[in-house]
Amino acid sequence: MEKSIAELEAQFQARIDRGESIEPKDWMPEKYRKTHIRQISQHANSEIVGMLPEANWITRAPTLRRKTALLAKVQDEAGHGLYLYSATETLGISRDEMYEKLHSGKAKYSSIFNYPTLTWADMGAVGWLVDGAAIINQVPLTRTSFGPYARAMVRVCKEESFHQRQGYEIMLTLCKGTEVQKAMAQDALNRWWWPSLMMFGPPDAESTHTAQSMIWKLKRKTNDELRQLFVDITKPQADILGLTIPDPDLKWNEETGHYDFGEIDWSEFWQVVKGHGPMNKQRLAARNKAWDDGEWVRDAALAYADKQEAMKEEKQELKKVG
Amino acid sequence: MKKEWPVWEVFIRSKNGLEHRHCGSVHASDADMAMENARDVYTRRQEGVSIWVVETKHITASNPAENGEFFEPAKDKAYRHPTFYELPIDLKHM
Ligand SMILES: [Fe+2]
Ligand SMILES: [Fe+2]
Repeated sequence: MEKSIAELEAQFQARIDRGESIEPKDWMPEKYRKTHIRQISQHANSEIVGMLPEANWITRAPTLRRKTALLAKVQDEAGHGLYLYSATETLGISRDEMYEKLHSGKAKYSSIFNYPTLTWADMGAVGWLVDGAAIINQVPLTRTSFGPYARAMVRVCKEESFHQRQGYEIMLTLCKGTEVQKAMAQDALNRWWWPSLMMFGPPDAESTHTAQSMIWKLKRKTNDELRQLFVDITKPQADILGLTIPDPDLKWNEETGHYDFGEIDWSEFWQVVKGHGPMNKQRLAARNKAWDDGEWVRDAALAYADKQEAMKEEKQELKKVG
Repeated sequence: MKKEWPVWEVFIRSKNGLEHRHCGSVHASDADMAMENARDVYTRRQEGVSIWVVETKHITASNPAENGEFFEPAKDKAYRHPTFYELPIDLKHM
């Protein structure tokens, strides 16, 4: 006898509640599939667009050591994008469809990448704060319910550690340097601090997806919990650098055992999400240009493969005739 | 005329959440038979919850004789590892 959708959904949820993983060929509610396509492809888009602010400094890195490290980091981000696009494809969306959505501006990516990287110190701040926040967001996802996403996250998290460390090393070197260098580091922290806090998404009270995402283990901690964790971990790291976090309300709270911190300017966050951040236009234009400029390469590779195939067939024909 | 059935490589997922792992091969005349043979040969004690079979001729494998130059690019890149970066010992959570 056919099971009703409601029965199937209840069984599905029971599997997730028991801690079982969902694999691509398993039955899943349409909403689960759609939500996962949206979230994983947005995550992939963030990795890809996230290469741009750092690529901006590769040619101007101050030493060969810094240059190779930054190059390796940006290369890793490309890899992260690829792991995640492949995981999304298991849900029945094609790579081209995802690219089209990104390039046309229909699909989102993390707002943090719509801020400019103005000085070399930004390479330090981005590695330390932006990758630091990404790690906090990603670690719980290694245990998310959708198998391919969880497995991709395991690889990604392993690789992220060096990203944050190379960023922090840049900050440390600047802070041990001249007054001007230390001021550069402070300036970068000032500009990246608040956008980094916004990376955890809107406050729980306003977050529309949180409840459903928690049920599917697509989220295992709320936005505000993760944000608090980030602040608690990062403040002592700033102290080691001798830098000041640009928030006069940031202070240790003996009672809660956490740092209190100031109000986030959510109007800025929504501005950037809606496409009015400082770099939204440039980022999309850069992605589109890369895609368009690469068209002849994609076409040439296909033409070459077709030609090889035709030659093989011709040889086989000749053999038969011979 | 050659009458040997083709070889199929067998990949088994032991439990949801884990990846399929290669466990061996079977001979079969088509994909359906390969699937049943793989089940009978490799999962007699419930070793798996999912099986992939792929005809061996469709697998392109790297050549071990060329491992030296093939994997060489990653060899001298210590800076891809977290231990390459020197950070203070009192730094936590990194
Ligand atoms: Fe990444
Ligand atoms: Fe990263």
